[in-house]
Amino acid sequence: MRAASLVRSVFGQRRGSERRLSEMASWLLLAPLLTLFAAVFLFPMLDMLDRSLFDPELTTRHYEELFSRDLYLRVVWRTIKISVTVAAATLVLGYPVAYLMARVKGWQAALVAACVFIPLWSSTLVRSYTWTALLARNGIVNSSLLELGIVSEPLRLLYTEGAVIVAMTHVMLPFMVLPLYASLRSIKDDLPRAASVLGASGFATFRYIIWPLSLPGVSAGLVMVFLVSLGFFITPALVGGAQTMMVATLVAHELTTGFNWGLASAIAAVLLLIALAVTFSFNRILKLDQLSSQEGR
Amino acid sequence: MRRSTPLEPQRLVLFAAGYAVLAFLLLPSLLIVPMSLGENPYMEFPPTGFTLRWYETFFSDPGWIKPAVFSFQIALLVAFLATVLGTMAALSLVRGQVRGRSALQLLILSPVIAPNIVIAIAMFFFFAELRMIGNLWAFVLAHSVLALPYVVLTVSAALYRYDSDLDLAALSLGAGRIRAFFEVTLPLISPAILSSAVFAFIISFDEPVISFFVSGTRDKTLPRRLFENVQEELSPTVAAAAAVLTLLSILLLALVLLFRYLGERGAGGKRIG
Repeated sequence: MRAASLVRSVFGQRRGSERRLSEMASWLLLAPLLTLFAAVFLFPMLDMLDRSLFDPELTTRHYEELFSRDLYLRVVWRTIKISVTVAAATLVLGYPVAYLMARVKGWQAALVAACVFIPLWSSTLVRSYTWTALLARNGIVNSSLLELGIVSEPLRLLYTEGAVIVAMTHVMLPFMVLPLYASLRSIKDDLPRAASVLGASGFATFRYIIWPLSLPGVSAGLVMVFLVSLGFFITPALVGGAQTMMVATLVAHELTTGFNWGLASAIAAVLLLIALAVTFSFNRILKLDQLSSQEGR
Repeated sequence: MRRSTPLEPQRLVLFAAGYAVLAFLLLPSLLIVPMSLGENPYMEFPPTGFTLRWYETFFSDPGWIKPAVFSFQIALLVAFLATVLGTMAALSLVRGQVRGRSALQLLILSPVIAPNIVIAIAMFFFFAELRMIGNLWAFVLAHSVLALPYVVLTVSAALYRYDSDLDLAALSLGAGRIRAFFEVTLPLISPAILSSAVFAFIISFDEPVISFFVSGTRDKTLPRRLFENVQEELSPTVAAAAAVLTLLSILLLALVLLFRYLGERGAGGKRIG
């Protein structure tokens, strides 16, 4: 590094042109990725929108069907309701974890990080699947309830909305913890200390110092969890049943049993529009660039 | 470490709650391993007895091994393709001059924003029309699109941290741009590149939604095979397969940590001499 500064001072100002790639080289480097995205991402998405609107003439038939059927509207409403619940539940559960993660050091910090990153990077399918075993009729939740004498016969836990919410909360929790952690970590130690020196109680410190300063993380986490939950497929498909269908499972159902491509496209298009609307209205707090490798998928 | 006062009660409560939630977070992710070791031919927790029989069944049944090998091939190709394309794009975004950079960044991130189910359906229509359902390359291309945002972000972050004076030094000592890249930049950002390759591999190997729609009846990925089986039966062979998937993820994550550790050691440019 020092050598380079020396070189620069000897050979004069070389910033700019030397350092930057030419425009031509820049585009050449981007070209393969852009080609892949155009062919395998943008084109299929536009083609899907096209399919929802043309059949073969321009028609709003599929959208009319979507909005006139009671079942579909109920599914969309349930999806929004479950996603909001999951977002709220992950906030309540995630806050103490993020706080812990921001405050502990040494081996404890490593332990906490492992507990957050292992679930994040292990298969959603496997984790949802574990919940089907835990919540089964003879699963551990039922057998402990029986043993403790809380219930007299096994409860039907699986294939209920509650099961979907619990399993989705578990799957989505790391997505809430990481943005919360990012904002909590940036609070300097001195601030809460100053507050307590000035006589604030622990609760007052939290209420007036820590909580307000962590709000960016709170809102980013809520939006992120809500957004991903809207399109959840695997978890409701495994843990839920016909009565807990969400938009994604409905689309799959239309495709595999109904073979109604136009309608499936229309439902997917509505879901995409909701996701885009949420993203753009909260663009500033979402901070997508924070999603770097260590911060999840 | 400075701790201002002994733990106040509020802080203690928050810490205790934090550890409780951590248990909720971690345990169900790992329970699959003991469940796959039980002797009974149905899934239970806590398991009774100890046997490796279900792993034997898993590794000797072509119905499981074929999809596992298929997924492995796909994931390796994705790791390669996404890392090469993503590194090139990151170089261009960080070091190059392109107009509409923020629009491009948004485009590259859009597979993260768009719900997975929407992407999966769009790709199902696309590959169905090309008669590529169940085709290895269909999965490779589709999974690469999903993995690329993470590769570009990881490598860009490393490039921002990288001291570009080093390149300047190489250039002024007579190296060409390409030689400077391969002999100076690349070795120094290689931890980030290797971690993003591992991430791309995990993203592809674990990916269930596109796998669900793009798999054929004959050629299917491991997640799709697992999904089918979970819906039909809950046998410990499924648990063994799921445990293999989980252990592989943990192993690869440890690999990423190793790369990161090596990267931190090398990031100061101390090895340049």
